[in-house]
Amino acid sequence: MIDLRTPISEDQIRQLHVGDVVAVSGTVVTARDAAHKYMVEQWIEGTPAGDDAALLAILRPVLAGGVIYHCGPVVRQDESGRWHFVAAGPTTSSREEPYEHKVIGALGVRAIIGKGGMGDLTLGACAEHGAVYLHAVGGAATLIAQRVREVEDVYKTEFGLPEAFWRIRVEDFQCVVTMDSHGGSLHKEVLEKSRRRYREIMGG
Amino acid sequence: MKILPDLEKHTLELVRLASTQLPADIVDALERGRDAEAEGSAARATLDTVLANIVMAAEASSPICQDTGTPVFYVRHPWDYPTPPMREAMAAAVREATACSYLRPNAVDSVTGANSGDNSGEHFPAFYFEQWDRPDEVRVDLMLKGGGSENQGIQYSLPDRDLGAGRDLDGVRKAVLDALVRAQGHGCGPAVVGVCIGGDRGGSIAVAKRQILRPLGDRNPDTTLAALEDELRAKGNELGIGPMGFGGATTVLGVKIAKAHRLPASFFVSVVYMCWAARRHAMIIKAGEVSYD
Repeated sequence: MIDLRTPISEDQIRQLHVGDVVAVSGTVVTARDAAHKYMVEQWIEGTPAGDDAALLAILRPVLAGGVIYHCGPVVRQDESGRWHFVAAGPTTSSREEPYEHKVIGALGVRAIIGKGGMGDLTLGACAEHGAVYLHAVGGAATLIAQRVREVEDVYKTEFGLPEAFWRIRVEDFQCVVTMDSHGGSLHKEVLEKSRRRYREIMGG
Repeated sequence: MKILPDLEKHTLELVRLASTQLPADIVDALERGRDAEAEGSAARATLDTVLANIVMAAEASSPICQDTGTPVFYVRHPWDYPTPPMREAMAAAVREATACSYLRPNAVDSVTGANSGDNSGEHFPAFYFEQWDRPDEVRVDLMLKGGGSENQGIQYSLPDRDLGAGRDLDGVRKAVLDALVRAQGHGCGPAVVGVCIGGDRGGSIAVAKRQILRPLGDRNPDTTLAALEDELRAKGNELGIGPMGFGGATTVLGVKIAKAHRLPASFFVSVVYMCWAARRHAMIIKAGEVSYD
């Protein structure tokens, strides 16, 4: 097991390879469909002003060397107004494929946690900028929520609670490297193998 | 006309059970899958995590998966029970379950993008009502259908030139296995796969989805379809996609197939993909007594 604590350096990322098991600790920001569209359209390709610029100023230092988690949690707010993660497994990452390479390039994110893997654009960005894709076990939501020690803050709740940016502190969040910064992708391998098996089984 | 007392309260418990506890047949199949994977493999470690999470979720009474999905209610009831009050009570239970964090607020207005915050919305939750001839017995089957798996569902229209799939059972085989190859690990396998051969576009998918309610160990009364179910489960597992798409022997927990009459012009094959967190639970209200299955 390899410890990855935020902020993560490029050097640490370059040492990782497909199949390595890592334990992520530190600050992680959740972002899924609405958040990715927003980051690219407002921050990266737009000219952020007002609230958008303010949020960018808050999250840029967290995301540089940081971790994005594809997750829309089940949350609970206690009497004092503090939020808690109740269930928080990964959501399907491939929906962020049009955006992620831009996010990695522009914001210096070092690790993406999700499920199902991503495509060539993201794989290319991982190689170019020094980032990895980490696979968590889809559906293991109660177990993963217990690795979340604290909800530090939440932004953009107008996207809906599952789609908001949740800034959380995690301890020993276990994942597997399935896309590394050297062009390796377990997802590509399994896809090619299963396509070959399909042709063999169907005799074509 | 008869009204069920306390239906909202009983349905809240049904939702809690469905979100936090998996049916025994699914857990058994996941355990068998884990045992079939090689020592030290990612597939085995994944299924170990899955099984540990199932135990934790049940103990903590918290959702197995954060995507608590679309609540789909299949209600069978006697002719003298009107459906509007049942629908109202069950929708209220879903709102209550959301406030209790058994469900994530999952209903988003498709035009404005606004999340209703309580799982209420247009055509949300989903209800299917059907009258049956059992007096004084109401059965509610609830499925929580997660979005990641739902996105992997697909409908083929045969013949399909790309697959070389014609209008016959071999074409059906090609379509179903192609759906699994496309899905890879995106829908959180190992999967339970519901299939409908034929029907119209909408009805075909509804029938395929309903197959997910069937216990894994049941036997299709149609011997041709029963054989096809066994064959496609075995061949699906030969694809080597494995749990979460990590590679491995366990890609499919079960394949359940129904057929529907089609038009001469149409030949649809509808495939509904259900994640390993195949959350389904039943509530039976018989002569005032409530039981859960």
